[in-house]
Amino acid sequence: MLEKLANLDRRIIFLFVGLAVLIPIIFPLGLPNAVSQPVQNIYDFVETIPEGSLVFISFDYGPSTKIECEPMALAVTKQLFRRNIKVVGWALWPEGASMARNVFDVTGKEYNKKYGVDYINLGYKAGGSITIKEIGEDIRSTFPQDVDNISIDKYSVMDGVKNYKNFKLGVSVSAGVPGLREYIVVANSIFGVPIAGGCTAVSAPEMYPYLNSKQMVGLMGGLKGAAEYETLMNYVGDASKGMDAQSIAHLLIVLFVIMSNIIFFMQKKK
Amino acid sequence: MKREIPLFVCVVSALAMIIAYYSPKLDWMDDMLQKWFLIIAVFAFILGAISIILVNGNRISKQVPGWGYNVVLLIGLFVTLGLGIFGGIDPKTPFFYIFTYIFTPLSATMFSLLAFFIASAAFRAFKAKTWEATLLLIAAFIVMLGRVPLGELMWSWLPVLKHYSLNNLVENWIMGCFNTAGQRAILLGASVGLISISLKILLGIERPYMGGE
Amino acid sequence: MLNRLLVLIIFAFWAMPAWAQEAAEETAKDVRWFNPDRLPNVIGVLLIGFFVFWYIIHAQSGKKLFIRRIAGLNAIDEAVGRATEMGKSVMYITGLADVDDIQTLASLSILGHVAKKTAEYESNLLVPCCRSVVMTTAQEVCKEAYLRAGRPENFKRENVRYLTDDQFGFVAGVDGIMVREKPAANFYMGTFYAESLILAETGNATGAIQIAGTASSSQLPFFVAACDYTLIGEELYAASAYLSGEPKQVGSLKGQDVGKALILAAIIISTIIITFFPQTHEFIKNTIFKS
Repeated sequence: MLEKLANLDRRIIFLFVGLAVLIPIIFPLGLPNAVSQPVQNIYDFVETIPEGSLVFISFDYGPSTKIECEPMALAVTKQLFRRNIKVVGWALWPEGASMARNVFDVTGKEYNKKYGVDYINLGYKAGGSITIKEIGEDIRSTFPQDVDNISIDKYSVMDGVKNYKNFKLGVSVSAGVPGLREYIVVANSIFGVPIAGGCTAVSAPEMYPYLNSKQMVGLMGGLKGAAEYETLMNYVGDASKGMDAQSIAHLLIVLFVIMSNIIFFMQKKK
Repeated sequence: MKREIPLFVCVVSALAMIIAYYSPKLDWMDDMLQKWFLIIAVFAFILGAISIILVNGNRISKQVPGWGYNVVLLIGLFVTLGLGIFGGIDPKTPFFYIFTYIFTPLSATMFSLLAFFIASAAFRAFKAKTWEATLLLIAAFIVMLGRVPLGELMWSWLPVLKHYSLNNLVENWIMGCFNTAGQRAILLGASVGLISISLKILLGIERPYMGGE
Repeated sequence: MLNRLLVLIIFAFWAMPAWAQEAAEETAKDVRWFNPDRLPNVIGVLLIGFFVFWYIIHAQSGKKLFIRRIAGLNAIDEAVGRATEMGKSVMYITGLADVDDIQTLASLSILGHVAKKTAEYESNLLVPCCRSVVMTTAQEVCKEAYLRAGRPENFKRENVRYLTDDQFGFVAGVDGIMVREKPAANFYMGTFYAESLILAETGNATGAIQIAGTASSSQLPFFVAACDYTLIGEELYAASAYLSGEPKQVGSLKGQDVGKALILAAIIISTIIITFFPQTHEFIKNTIFKS
């Protein structure tokens, strides 16, 4: 019996995880979210940016991580639009351009913002760190056209914008490389632009050294980070809804680990 | 010559990039070399496409077991490529529909497997075999539960501990202190290793780009 | 030889496109020959570089240097041997990064060793690649290894193949190969992201012996949990020296250790200064590290 439990078929574990995720989505628990300091720091920083200033958002994620990263991008963009801050979006991942399109479509409509006047989507540019550096030298040569291949000179939001000096803050919502770390190393360290960011929960521990050394304004780690931002913005979005499922899934994993340890000690005793 | 030319290219470009990093006046060398790499990398996609066509075509012609997968792959490649080239990639084009309704859900499915695999790996591997492993296990429990609202709720039920902030324990102590220290140790060790291997490549002691040695 | 080099230099300058000159004019706004903000950086690199270089020369003199045992690297032969006994393939993944990533280069060095072993044992080696440039390099590495093992005829170019640049598309492809062909030994060496656990768990489910190595710190816990052996951070970079045992390579490891000792000393001294002498700390910060 013990042997059987110790070598539990992984499909049974998968079944439990599936149910732990599915049931809270169907029957939400509505648990409240406490806000952590790294997320609060981003929110507070945005609140200090004067109206009409420029902020850039780099959409460095794809469809695979959309579920985790998009709520972060949505929450930050909503706060920026609410404060009448202009947003310039671009992507270092090929699929990032369409991710940016999704976010701007939703938030632009909600806050009645006009494309080209209040925000712009510059699309995707290959090159990772090289592109980040090029933007610091001249954004107009890096992105001469927007995502629809129209010259950026035709949009008032880009009037007089030359490089990072025109931006009060840079936000990278990233699921890997190139992404947040590259913005810290190049855009912050070389050009001095304040960088805030969001990343998948798996990568979040890697970002703490930069947070600790104050090379970043703040950090949203995974769905939890996005849910905290939604709490600060006073709305229940996909991240907040997903936290119930994540709560139960985490609890289930803890229970599985406790169970496997009990079996382990019983086997040892035998 | 087959060995000297790659070595020469490697040494010259590496030296140019090192010098450019420290000298703002020569920064253009770095930009130029990086752009060259990007251009070459774009052409390398052709190599990739040729490899896919040859390997899969070969398997189909030999009808090796599972050759049906190779057929699906080649059809996917040519259909998507053709639609992208001839129909464009803007919204409401066939390519866009493939991206939104096939590629996106398939990618999300692969990523979501992670949740299931984390559970099975945790069940199998997280054992309190030693004193250190037990400490790690306790820290893992606190972080896992501390990062979700349910954990915060459960913490508030604990008799003495409820007076201490769980958020502070997770963010400032476990993640901000112990995790950061560990991350930095790995980062520093890896960085020194990186300097060493770069120097070996620069001196031609190690030449993996030339077929080992 | 010198003539050839001269021809190459002239060719390189001749081939330099005109836009490079334009870029030079445009970006040469900062006319300083040396950026003083990077002085601490250059001192650190020179110091570590000096010790690595010094120990390489020192090792060549014939003095035996001690290297600690790295279990993951010792297990390579065992893993390949097991695959041969079982009559199954060996699978090697070079990570998701391109050849401009040092982790990929370190991985290609280890691939050379693994390929030599599979050539000697006459077992099948599969190398699915995520980048086409890596695929070309890996083909050359394997071809060379089979040649050195005296079995060039056993090298199958189509076994070193490109799948896709897309992260999860690649994972799906590799998992498919694992499930269909059930390799007996899986190697994951190089840069990995969120896909690390998906690969390692699938490999575990197929019953393969698994050896991983990465400097991507957030992926290390996953590899440790799901693989039999894991090379942590710098061990990946040390692998080629460890496996080849060449004096020059081993010397570089010793130099690395001195570099680490220097960093450790700098951390301890800095901690003492920051804790007990805040004014000295402010002075150093505002003079040497003012950037």
